[in-house]
Amino acid sequence: MSAGPVRSRLEDGHRIPRPLHPVAWWIWALGLAVAVSHTTNPILLFLVLGVLALAVANRRSDAPWARAFKYYLVLALTVVAIRVVFRTVFGGDVDVPGATVLFRLPHVPLPSWAAGLQLGGPVTLGGTIGALDDGLRLGTLLCCLGAANTLANPKRALRVLPGALYELGVAVVVSLSVAPQLVESVQRVRRARKLRGGATGGFHALRSIAIPVLEDALERSLRLAAAMDSRGYGRTATASPRTRRTTGALMIAGMCGLCVGAYGLLAGSALGPGTIPGFVGGTVCCCLGLILGGRRVRRSRYRPDPWKAPEWVVAVSGLVPAAALMAGVGFSMVSLNPPTDPLAWPTFPLVPAIAILAAATAALAAPPPWRPAPTVTPSTPSTPSTPATAARRTRPAGRPPPWTAGVSS
Amino acid sequence: MIEFEHVSVTYADAAAPVLRDVDLHIEEGELALVVGRTGVGKSTLLAAINGLVPHFTGGTLSGRVAVDGRETRTHPPRQLADAVGVVGQDPLAGFVTDTVEEELAYAMEQLAIAPDVMRKRVEETLDLLGIADLRSRALHELSGGQQQRVAIGSALTAHPRILVLDEPTSALDPTAAEEVLAAVTRLVHDLGVTVVLAEHRLERVVQYADRIVEVRGDGSVRSGPPAEMLATTEVAPPVVELGRLAGWHPLPTSVRDARRRAGALRQSIGGKVVPAPPRSVDRRPTGTLLTARKVVVRYGAVVAVGGVDLELAGGQVTALMGRNGSGKSSLLWALQGSGDRQAGTVDVGGVDPGSVPSATARRLVGLVPQTPADLLYLDTVAQECAQADREAGGAVHETARSLLDRLAPGIPDGTHPRDLSEGQRLSLVLALQLAAAPRVVLLDEPTRGLDYRAKRTLIEIIDVLASEGRAVVVSTHDVEFAAAAADRVVVMAEGDIVADGPTADVVGASPAFAPQVAKIMAPLPYLTMDQVRCAVSEVSP
Repeated sequence: MSAGPVRSRLEDGHRIPRPLHPVAWWIWALGLAVAVSHTTNPILLFLVLGVLALAVANRRSDAPWARAFKYYLVLALTVVAIRVVFRTVFGGDVDVPGATVLFRLPHVPLPSWAAGLQLGGPVTLGGTIGALDDGLRLGTLLCCLGAANTLANPKRALRVLPGALYELGVAVVVSLSVAPQLVESVQRVRRARKLRGGATGGFHALRSIAIPVLEDALERSLRLAAAMDSRGYGRTATASPRTRRTTGALMIAGMCGLCVGAYGLLAGSALGPGTIPGFVGGTVCCCLGLILGGRRVRRSRYRPDPWKAPEWVVAVSGLVPAAALMAGVGFSMVSLNPPTDPLAWPTFPLVPAIAILAAATAALAAPPPWRPAPTVTPSTPSTPSTPATAARRTRPAGRPPPWTAGVSS
Repeated sequence: MIEFEHVSVTYADAAAPVLRDVDLHIEEGELALVVGRTGVGKSTLLAAINGLVPHFTGGTLSGRVAVDGRETRTHPPRQLADAVGVVGQDPLAGFVTDTVEEELAYAMEQLAIAPDVMRKRVEETLDLLGIADLRSRALHELSGGQQQRVAIGSALTAHPRILVLDEPTSALDPTAAEEVLAAVTRLVHDLGVTVVLAEHRLERVVQYADRIVEVRGDGSVRSGPPAEMLATTEVAPPVVELGRLAGWHPLPTSVRDARRRAGALRQSIGGKVVPAPPRSVDRRPTGTLLTARKVVVRYGAVVAVGGVDLELAGGQVTALMGRNGSGKSSLLWALQGSGDRQAGTVDVGGVDPGSVPSATARRLVGLVPQTPADLLYLDTVAQECAQADREAGGAVHETARSLLDRLAPGIPDGTHPRDLSEGQRLSLVLALQLAAAPRVVLLDEPTRGLDYRAKRTLIEIIDVLASEGRAVVVSTHDVEFAAAAADRVVVMAEGDIVADGPTADVVGASPAFAPQVAKIMAPLPYLTMDQVRCAVSEVSP
């Protein structure tokens, strides 16, 4: 793809900023997620969170989606809180002699059909710690996904979809851009509704808002379709029915295999006999299907992301903890899931900890993110610097929210 | 380059063809301007060039359309993407990606152009249209003129020989329209691209045209050189009307041409008192109906309206002008009471419309928003009218239906509001709002998409409203319309009022804002063709 060797370092030793291939970040984050799903040891989980935070702080860009990590952290905390509250209320801790009881909630006897569920009763220390650990694991999983979303442009990630899935990617991108427009449309029509002084609640109002919004959306999508048609979307030759059927069969078989394999892998301890063959077979089938389906597509990509050494380092460093925690070599599996009944301090398993820390190399291996030039740029002679464009350029970062678009003109 | 041979287009369910037996040849490198009244089939003609009609829209096309030697019968729009670039009226609706650079590359990706060629073409196009500093910006953040230039750029990167533009400047303020048209003329002159352009505001583009294609009401099409065609077209810009009145040959198409010829005309009517613009009904100015003091509207950190004082008198028509984003709409919404207002007072007969329920506020101030269709949700005109009478509450002075018949006679009861023309829909929404009998009427950009005739009708409607003693405010970009309709012009910039005074003073004073007639007749203070007509008829009865 590239013409000649591309340097990754400037004369003064600084690295040339560029966005890392989005797939590399996703592999890295998913690798950590797999590792996380194997442990409830809070020490390891906090280590993972630290690694994620390090990478995000070092390598995120200035784009809007790159500010999202803190929301994932808040979400994770919420998950932990909900998990603990549920455990406390519906805990069903039995009065085990010897267990440390924190306090007792009034016990509500439930009818027999709700057997297995308990409302209230004693709340033990062990149970609460277990819930905390479990919530933390879920929260850390969420943060792994959040880090991937923060570090890699989600839309750019879609662009690397294989040719056969191109249409799917376009549909997602279009719907992502249509959603804000729909919100804006609803806001506009609601405001207009007030001009007629009619009711703003009830079925009638719903209709008076829904119909103009839907008509608007329909017209807009028709115009978008016409524009895409005029610009050559779907020029490629259509596949023969036989190829289509083969592709479909391969994809379905592949998906089934992948499902079985993924279930086996994620269920952790019990690696069933079908796990590995299912996973491998599924992957092969899917790849074949995608290649076959992609053969009909003739399309090129603008500025494709390169896959170079940093991408390899990032992807592999993410897979290291996953492999280490799944293999369970060099440490005892018990240390991954510290017992809560009876309660014991979590131990510090050295090998998994080192494996997780290895993932932190991604924060250094990835090239620094590309940052756009300052927004106030001297205009080129060919650009007439009209008052309108000048005002726009110097406008402060806080633009009016999209729903004011109809009013601000 | 573009050939139409005996082309007729009939849409499904339509009784008569939209286009009838069209023969049209547009040569390479021409800028062809398609003119005609709203709804005569200009868009159909444009969409037939790249095969969207009938491949995308349905309907039947007979005859032969060929572009660059390829027939649209055998080539659907996507196969012509490398020959014809299409830019629509609302660029945002046609954007597929979300940043400028990716949008420019989109068509090329579809055409499987090699990555290094793509990169080069994107850079060239960014420079050609003067949008290089916008390359990584999100499309929805751009101003209207910038969006339209990106849309043109994204059509150009595929290197089409033909560019089709359907009303590219109708939503833009004069400055932004200038930017876009400058880009288009550069393409014609420097790159030899064939451009086919439809536009209502002829005064903006007629001077650039090499050929005028007129679509007539019966679906027939004539074409020829501008000076020849404009002698008889149904629609004409003021400069051409003036030329027709004065009997100039060949007809002038630009202010420059007309001004050089107008010496004799200026002399003949020079000594006379300039007649007032003729009105269909007399306006009698009455007292102040609305008083606004220190009105502030903010959206987050952005101040849309910064402490505006405004008084509106009954029987007076005020035009509110200013570039996009100068706070016109925010001010109108704040005056009506439905919009945000962070500070200041609005007083309509002792009541603040912002502090009363919306049903009461609309009896004080009626507002027709920028997209009137937002107010319509029922299936027929009759249902909408009946609903409006119910919403108006007890005191109905005049039913919405009879108001509508006065504003736009002859709309059948059973028509679906979506099937109305732009002008009719505007009249319907205005009638719905007038059913509540507001004394102050605000119209937010009502001239969008209206042709000259519809604008004339709108001026008559506004005259009627003013003669009934109402205060009318019209926000508009259209200086010709403002000159003909308004007694007073208020100009806003950056949320402040920068000029406020009688139309002749405000509009006549600035070279950029002046209507064509004022530019040609200066230093005589004529603004509209009607005034000139009056004066000429008095001189030579």
